[in-house]
Amino acid sequence: MPFVNWLKRHLVVIAGLLTLSYLLLPNVVVTVFSFNKPKGRFNYEWQQFSTDAWKDPCGVADMCGSLGLSLQIAVWATLGATVLGTMIAFALVRYRFRARGAVNSLIFLPMAMPEVVMAASLLTLFLNMGAQLGFWTILIAHIMFCLSFVVTAVKARVMSMDPRLEQAAQDLYAGPAQTFLRVTLPIAAPGIAAGALLAFALSFDDFIITNFNAGSTVTFPMFVWGSAQRGTPVQINVIGTAMFLVAVLFVLAGMIIGNRRNRQKA
Amino acid sequence: MATVTEVEAPPLAPGTDPKPPKKRGRLVPYWLLLPGLLWLVIFFALPMIYQASTSVQTGSLEEGYKVTWHFATYWDALTEYWPQFLRSVSYAAAATALCLLLGYPLAYLIAFRAGRWRNLIMILVIAPFFTSFLIRTLAWKTILADSGPVVGALNTLHVLDVTSWLGWTAGDRVLATPLAVVCGLTYNFLPFMILPLYTSLERIDGRLHEAAGDLYARPWTTFRKVTFPLSMPGVVSGTLLTFIPAAGDYVNAELLGSTDTRMIGNVIQTQFLRILDYPTAAALSFILMAAILLMVTVYIRRSGTEDLV
Repeated sequence: MPFVNWLKRHLVVIAGLLTLSYLLLPNVVVTVFSFNKPKGRFNYEWQQFSTDAWKDPCGVADMCGSLGLSLQIAVWATLGATVLGTMIAFALVRYRFRARGAVNSLIFLPMAMPEVVMAASLLTLFLNMGAQLGFWTILIAHIMFCLSFVVTAVKARVMSMDPRLEQAAQDLYAGPAQTFLRVTLPIAAPGIAAGALLAFALSFDDFIITNFNAGSTVTFPMFVWGSAQRGTPVQINVIGTAMFLVAVLFVLAGMIIGNRRNRQKA
Repeated sequence: MATVTEVEAPPLAPGTDPKPPKKRGRLVPYWLLLPGLLWLVIFFALPMIYQASTSVQTGSLEEGYKVTWHFATYWDALTEYWPQFLRSVSYAAAATALCLLLGYPLAYLIAFRAGRWRNLIMILVIAPFFTSFLIRTLAWKTILADSGPVVGALNTLHVLDVTSWLGWTAGDRVLATPLAVVCGLTYNFLPFMILPLYTSLERIDGRLHEAAGDLYARPWTTFRKVTFPLSMPGVVSGTLLTFIPAAGDYVNAELLGSTDTRMIGNVIQTQFLRILDYPTAAALSFILMAAILLMVTVYIRRSGTEDLV
């Protein structure tokens, strides 16, 4: 039975590819339905092909504004979380100090907590302080939950760094600042970049924490959530598809550049 | 690593400051930690205390709330909402099991069998992350639509008869049933299972597989006795990374479910944002947190991998 043997040998590959298609199916649907012309307010059923939404991506009231707001928050949250997180990561890897265990758990806990719990408790804090919910409360919340992820990403990179490189720099009469800027930072850069990228993605796509702490401010995920109740414009799918394409292009470009560099080094 | 900073300084040339620079640097770690930790203390730890206090307050929105140590709120919340708690745990457990079942082959494929396709498949696993998960979850409404091909096929194969009998679906619908919610949860958290699994599989020394083969182990035995045990750290962190967010999620239950599939996250959300019953909401959220921390601790102890952090 050659077929059965072939099947046996490739069973794991087939199962893996099936899972991959399960993961990608919604993206295919999102893309296809960005060319739909729905009859009612909801874009769940296929009617007919149309490129109307692509020609007028901002044709829905408030959608592009919410997209801009989300981007703005994501950029600031990434910046804040990356700076604070990188500092913590360096302290954790490079120095011994008291209460190390406590610091580690304080970093770990936000990642082990359901988002709804963090969201609800943060809202009680803001309500108690009488804070005005909006841009700033969203930004504060985003920096808070992105921080731990940045620490983890940077820590992994700094930990695998060869400490002799810095010693060598110092042997060559580089001062502490120079050593840090010319040796340590470039080596840690991929870890910091990974942390920043993760923070950006987390912040941009966050819904639950934002839902609790946004007040009447509408970010893009909040807009999509609202539209699931009021009616889903096709433009949402256009934005979703465009985001997917841009992300894939970025990653591909990064890979090609990386490959070229490796080849040059070889 | 840190030992480097503590290496004895070499004897100094006469005339230079005899104080080693390490003394001056003693405060450096604290300065590095301070801003970030302050942020976490004020906006993560302090809110937990506020929430604990809110949960034992009584009063009303108009007259304000006071701490009265009213622990009965916890009891009332539990007796009223235990079905939602139970539902959250069982949906999250089902989704986690499905994620493991679906994610393992894919992680294995990327780690051992993908060859030059490895990077491409990796990108395809991560790429959906960059489209808003709410948009992708809404796409499941189309996929599982009543008149769609998926439901049609399941109906023809009489799968829905079985699942209805089990109480997972209702009639010939999939949307607005537990099955749809679990399907959405599985989909949303699958990458969180695949990535840690892949990381731990990738670390396995390929020669161990050869050794198992040389000792006449069949492929399945090799997997059971060598590969799977060595991938346990990935399994543990993967299950945690899917179970925890799934248990607190309310997006899938709201978008793909019905009033009969409400999870505890939905209750907390409506109590907090619509009904404005803060003490009950705080108590529910506190119970959820305690339950999850307890489960996670027991699970990590049992599986013997405490170096996850």
